[in-house]
Amino acid sequence: MSDLAIAAPVRAKRLPRQPRFAVRRLLPWLVPVLLLLAWEALARFGKIPPYILPAPTKVMLTGVALVQDGTLIPDIGISLLRAASGFAIGGAIGFGLGVAVGFSRTAGLLLDRTVLMLRAIPFLAVLPLVIVWLGIGEGAKIFLVAFGVTFPIYMNTVLGIRQVDPKLVELGKVTGLSTWMLIRRIILPGALPSILNGVRYALATAWLALVVAETIAASSGIGFLAMDAREFLRTDVIVLVIVIYAAIGVAADSVARLLERRLLAWHPNYAGETRR
Amino acid sequence: MTEAVTVRGLRRAYGDRVVIRSLDLHIERGEFVVLLGESGCGKTTLLRALAGLDPIDGGRIDGPPRPAVVFQEHRLLPWDPLWRNVSLGLSEKDSRQLAGAALAEVGLGDRLDDWPRNLSGGQAQRVALARALVQQPQLLLLDEPFAALDALTRIKMQSLVKALVRKHQPGVLLVTHDVDEAITLGDRALVMREGAIARTYAISAAANGHRSHPEAIELRDRLLADLGVGADA
Ligand SMILES: Nc1ncnc2c1ncn2[C@@H]1O[C@H](COP(=O)(O)OP(=O)(O)OP(=O)(O)O)[C@@H](O)[C@H]1O
Ligand SMILES: [Mg+2]
Repeated sequence: MSDLAIAAPVRAKRLPRQPRFAVRRLLPWLVPVLLLLAWEALARFGKIPPYILPAPTKVMLTGVALVQDGTLIPDIGISLLRAASGFAIGGAIGFGLGVAVGFSRTAGLLLDRTVLMLRAIPFLAVLPLVIVWLGIGEGAKIFLVAFGVTFPIYMNTVLGIRQVDPKLVELGKVTGLSTWMLIRRIILPGALPSILNGVRYALATAWLALVVAETIAASSGIGFLAMDAREFLRTDVIVLVIVIYAAIGVAADSVARLLERRLLAWHPNYAGETRR
Repeated sequence: MTEAVTVRGLRRAYGDRVVIRSLDLHIERGEFVVLLGESGCGKTTLLRALAGLDPIDGGRIDGPPRPAVVFQEHRLLPWDPLWRNVSLGLSEKDSRQLAGAALAEVGLGDRLDDWPRNLSGGQAQRVALARALVQQPQLLLLDEPFAALDALTRIKMQSLVKALVRKHQPGVLLVTHDVDEAITLGDRALVMREGAIARTYAISAAANGHRSHPEAIELRDRLLADLGVGADA
């Protein structure tokens, strides 16, 4: 074999050129922007009647007007408050039950079956019953959100605790940790990835529960705003409410993700700025 | 010298299978005892009983309620930086200082805030050793702590352990399958068989020092024969 053949560099097939940074950032937005422009144009030139779908700019202006006359912000506030209280109540119940069942075999035998049976109910199916019990007041909405949130938090807490490496628990015992310290230093941190996963899932459930509850039975909140607007064919308000729901949903998910990145900095899957 | 642990007539069974029949053992503080025996003969079972991890079925163990243990795997908590791992059992306010000193002893004094996942196998095992020694244990139990390491790292770990044991003076019980490791580190070698200590050998400093010392060679042959893999068997 000749030296030349050995020395010849192994030429990799030329990779297709990477698109430039700006292109990579902007290209995904092209289609949404075009759709929005098309929508605007069709609505402006009367191809879509306003009571079917108002122009995006019209929706924006409606939003501004509603903020100015002081109805929108309080309604958003009420909706957020309902979601937050329902989430807090359902989260606390789900987490509490999850910790009990995760730790104690007896609690598991006593409770797990019951919780799983309740979980089999699609949470939206209880809405009519809730309205009979609690009317269309705050209680009904908070109940529905809490009901939807409890189960994902419960399931993931139990799962997380059961998945904690028993070897680490054993290490905690030989190190002489008290039960409380064992829970705090080993079991909860070990269960945290699973619990946070449950939180993210529960946020989505909470939001869905709220939308449904507010749409069907409410006298305030942004869901009510939309239903009220329906009576007067104010599609601009309805679309505005849909956009707000979406925006808050996205925001809640980003908060949950941020939480994951902060709390799970040690975890290889969430590692970012953790190397010293 | 004070005693580190005394075991009399220890018995331990898993259901019907008796693993430790009647075992006596005494270790002084500062004494380095190595435990050899065929796989499955009950070495880990003995260590777990001494560590208080498993109940015992008979006899008695007089020793510290909580000896320090280093397992074959490092068992570091992945969610805690190194200093938090080392200070796990400490309650003192200055636990970070103590952990820092312990990490410095194992050559990782500059990695207090690093995460366990950024460590090599040998480094992780050194942290586990620091975590055990920071407790100032009266008894240190080591269950094949070097088994998963490469040969060079293992040799370095052996001298590190030897130096640290000399400094802190706990009684040590080290389980190993490596006869050379046993001869290098031990003051005494025990061979376990059929649920009891079958043989005991004192190991001289001379044998500790040189693999090729006549005493070391003779001891190696005897231990290998005890373990059923004698050179001419
Ligand atoms: N949890 C358990 N349940 C039932 N039997 C067990 C259990 N743990 C160990 N044994 C049995 O006890 C015996 C001793 O096991 P042990 O782990 O102490 O051996 P060992 O000497 O440490 O072996 P090795 O050198 O391979 O680590 C083995 O026969 C094993 O099968
Ligand atoms: Mg073993």
